[in-house]
Amino acid sequence: MTEIWDGLTRAIELLVSLDPEVMQIAGRSLRISGTSCLLASLFCLPLGSLIHFHQFRGKRVLINIVQTLFSVPTVVVGLFVFVLFSRAGPLGVFGMFLTPAAMVIAQMILITPLLLGLTISALSGVSREMMDTATSLGASGFQTAWLVLREARYAVLAAVIMGFGRAISEVGCAMMVGGNIRGFTRVVTTAIALETSKGELELALALGMILLLLALIINIALNRLQQR
Amino acid sequence: MSLVEVIGLHHRYGPRPILQDINLSIDRGEVFALIGPTGAGKTTLLRIMDLLEVPSAGEIYFDGKYVPRSGRQRFAIRRRMSFIHQKPHVFNLSVCDNVACGLRWRREKKNKVVGKVGRILEMVGLKGYENRNARTLSGGEAQRVALARSLVLEPDLLLLDEPTANLDPVSAEKIEQLISQVARQGNTTMIMATHDMAQGQLLADRIGVLLEGGLVQTGNATDIFRSPRNREVARLVGIENIIEGVIAANTEGIATVEVGNDSDRIGIQAVSDYPAGKEVYACIRPEDITLALSSTQSSARNSFQARITQVATLGALSRIEIDCGFRLVALVTRMSAEDLDLQVGGEVHAAFKATGVHVMEKGS
Repeated sequence: MTEIWDGLTRAIELLVSLDPEVMQIAGRSLRISGTSCLLASLFCLPLGSLIHFHQFRGKRVLINIVQTLFSVPTVVVGLFVFVLFSRAGPLGVFGMFLTPAAMVIAQMILITPLLLGLTISALSGVSREMMDTATSLGASGFQTAWLVLREARYAVLAAVIMGFGRAISEVGCAMMVGGNIRGFTRVVTTAIALETSKGELELALALGMILLLLALIINIALNRLQQR
Repeated sequence: MSLVEVIGLHHRYGPRPILQDINLSIDRGEVFALIGPTGAGKTTLLRIMDLLEVPSAGEIYFDGKYVPRSGRQRFAIRRRMSFIHQKPHVFNLSVCDNVACGLRWRREKKNKVVGKVGRILEMVGLKGYENRNARTLSGGEAQRVALARSLVLEPDLLLLDEPTANLDPVSAEKIEQLISQVARQGNTTMIMATHDMAQGQLLADRIGVLLEGGLVQTGNATDIFRSPRNREVARLVGIENIIEGVIAANTEGIATVEVGNDSDRIGIQAVSDYPAGKEVYACIRPEDITLALSSTQSSARNSFQARITQVATLGALSRIEIDCGFRLVALVTRMSAEDLDLQVGGEVHAAFKATGVHVMEKGS
């Protein structure tokens, strides 16, 4: 019990003193997950709109599949990217295995279904009448789509934040395709896993608190958005 | 010269017919009111005329040109019209951005947009609201934003779907004033759906009655209100007294309509050209019936002694149901109902003119 208590006080010290190692790891986590979230949003929002605004055969099925993939296990995505980017894999020539780039790609794949699905449901929240109003005011198809995206902006932003939350808190992909290399691909979650197994609870606890703090900030942001 | 012409329009949702054989021509600058009960197809007809929906069959001509069922030309024509929904559906943007939307979509120059938006907001009385989020406005204000958003585009054709149905009386009156202001300027042709007969009468040059998907009657307000074509139209325009009868005689355009049951036939004098023997309905507007305590006060051709069976107060008016061998409903001011001391069971004299009776053929 004293061990945990000591660990906790030491962890708070690390946080308050802005320990360089802790800050570096946290910064890397933010950078990698932020990049993957941004890049995924760049194609998920237009693609989600495309799916929402077009009627085609199998649309319902596609949305069901996308929703099922919300809960795809991180290790499965990690394995997939591993197979693609490992030295012997089809994309091994790019030498991206065990780099932050590979982690970004893995996290993008991980959160794409979530972003797509939530974008589609955010857009569905904008009524048919709203779209008709835009059309009757002379908006082209593209202009209507842009307006609807803007109408749903808070819900869409909530989707992006959810995606970021999933990316930064996952450990499977980061471990398998990043390799937890100190000073290079070590992020908060992989560091916690390693330090815990080494028995060095204080660093693990400090990083864990950072992650919780991030989750809290994200939640507050989400709540405020949903109240708009 | 007609701005919009609809020829042989049919529309169905699945197997269910919504509109049947609509033929309609609206002149440039005209205000046309489409009246009918809920579910008659008014909204669908407006949506089709706004080119939001493609009809199952039929053709639309706009400004003399055929409107294709899809494509760029249809889009270009749609940009010359605008639609006001029953609910305002303002965008979650500032009032200013809401009103500017249509202009920006048409790639108008920025300084022009600012000028036009400013002028139109002043006209609808929303100056000073520019930066408010339109979602925070009241229903009446939001509807004025919707109106401004359409009017700023200076459309050739403005379609309004029950624009005041969801508003309180004061807000509704403001919207009506704006509509008639635009109508007076004469550049905008308007088609307005309403179930409020008074509104149609007040604002429209011409009225069309839509019943169960069919355009039953078109004409000016007096035509529709005085001479409805059939029983349903008569009910719709507020004629409460529709009495079944047979023409007993007709002398020089004054017909005697026999009503009541076999044992007790009563004659109503009416202006009509129908010959004797014709089965008809006699329609009498409740406000055209005068009630008095004795018969001497009236010069009307129809005068009956009656017993009051029901009295109800509707705001400033009293609705008096009487039995004079047949059932009649009369509307009098609440004041005169009090002066005459109209009570259930009391005796009263009911009178109405022969010109106040509209006779229509039974089965029409």
